Amino acid sequence: MEKEISLVPALEVHDVTVAFDRKPVLWNIDLTLPQGKLVGIIGPNGAGKSTLIKAVMGLLPLSSGYVKLFDKPIDDVRKRISYVPQRESVDWDFPASVLDIVLMGRYGKLGLFKRPRKADIDVAMDCLRKVGMESFVNRQISQLSGGQQQRTFLARALAQQADIYFMDEPFAGVDAATEKAIINLLRSMTDQKKTVIVVHHDLQSVPQYFDYVIMLNTRLVAYGPTESVFTQENLTGTYGGKLTLLTDVGDLIRREGFPNREAK
Amino acid sequence: MNDIYIIITASLVATTCGLLGCFLILRKMAMVGDAISHAVLPGIVLAFLFSGSRDSVTMLLGAGLIGILTTFLIEFFHKKARLQTDASIGVTFTWLFAVGVVLISLFAGKVDLDQDCVLYGEIAYVPLDIIILDNGTNIGPKAIYVMGTIFLLILVFIIAFYKELFLTTFDPAFANAIGISTALWHYLLMSAVSATTVASFESVGAILVVALLIAPAATAYLITDNLKWMMVIAAISGIISSITGYYLAVWLDGSIAGAIATCAGILFGLTLVFSPTHGLVFKKINALEVSTKPSN
Repeated sequence: MEKEISLVPALEVHDVTVAFDRKPVLWNIDLTLPQGKLVGIIGPNGAGKSTLIKAVMGLLPLSSGYVKLFDKPIDDVRKRISYVPQRESVDWDFPASVLDIVLMGRYGKLGLFKRPRKADIDVAMDCLRKVGMESFVNRQISQLSGGQQQRTFLARALAQQADIYFMDEPFAGVDAATEKAIINLLRSMTDQKKTVIVVHHDLQSVPQYFDYVIMLNTRLVAYGPTESVFTQENLTGTYGGKLTLLTDVGDLIRREGFPNREAK
Repeated sequence: MNDIYIIITASLVATTCGLLGCFLILRKMAMVGDAISHAVLPGIVLAFLFSGSRDSVTMLLGAGLIGILTTFLIEFFHKKARLQTDASIGVTFTWLFAVGVVLISLFAGKVDLDQDCVLYGEIAYVPLDIIILDNGTNIGPKAIYVMGTIFLLILVFIIAFYKELFLTTFDPAFANAIGISTALWHYLLMSAVSATTVASFESVGAILVVALLIAPAATAYLITDNLKWMMVIAAISGIISSITGYYLAVWLDGSIAGAIATCAGILFGLTLVFSPTHGLVFKKINALEVSTKPSN
């Protein structure tokens, strides 16, 4: 695997198995990701995509194996990791404003007993500006559209000023404009050597969006740079050839080749 | 003077319950509050038997432990035995409550504990149990001091840890990811609910305390979209229920605790209909305005 020698890997997953009720949802996952990459996790429903990022962050118990971030155990680097959960995982009728939510991103750095100060509010405002939500700062979260909710979550993650970001389907239910804005933002983050790991559904956009791809179906089918790993063979291995879409994607790849990012 | 003592005690109970109730409602754990308020009964009786007095500290500890046990059992049945949440709540608290009832009937002669009083509360007796200093000064009923202390403790708890309670309530997964333990705050909050329930049981009783845990907070939820205001409004709504409830009871010559809970319910009903933000009337008016606009 391609590895940047100067940097410790952002993420190392070693022989990780996760089981619910003795039924494995993830089986023997072994992978290493370098820093500063935009990484997509793809696979069919129930393949364990969300489980993988939750297990990596220590939100689920591992049946075996271990995980290291920046060559350290997860609890030593909590302040450097950020998480964007699935939008539906929270109650958007909660009595809170957009600013309240984004400020949560500062809580990890604040510690006990401390309240967010002016500096934290400035960071939060700055992050809202980056996602184009500055005019919604005092809006009740119950009045946001799906795309705005997603951007609020993203702003909260940005406010953490972390080094590695785990995002669970940030593009689910957002419109095309928001998706484009989000991907540009993620791209600018990886330009600053941040690592962004995204659970993703839309296979068509994989070659355009991601530097690295992790193809998962309970077991790890393949992972590595998108150009070399996102192949028809691996897709069939991941999805079992069930989707007719797969051949479409394959055709697409063959016909157009990979978009050259440097040329942009 | 007795009126004032009773109203102050009831208001302290209602305010404390209202503050905690906001978090219970938002965590979708209203019924866990219900469960704890019933399940602490054996804790109360056992603390009575061991300490031989209604010494508040022992009782709070006993009940606090039982409260945490209740929360733990509910989670255990739900997660390990794969029982539905409502079923595990139902099994846990009725069982513990029943044990409490048996204990009371067994030791009725030995402990100064009246079954009706524990279940329904008797706030009218509050002015009878007064504290008299060594020099003979009457400084008011004991219940006010007990409830006042609990109120201050809960207030400090919520103010000091507002951030953590807010985050673990809204988004537990994110809280865990950034290293704020949801389990810790869950159990701390449940201990606070247990302590409050025990401190309040003498005045409003084990059953009616649920009304004050949920109704004022539910009322506030329908009025505001801001958690801090929700807690303030829940507290005010609890105080209004206490005052109106007391005079309703005097007028009807009925149970004070019952009347207070009734008023809390009526207040909720009124808010449901007339709330400026989420009320039925206002929504109807809004809907009419929207539907008539295009034709204009």
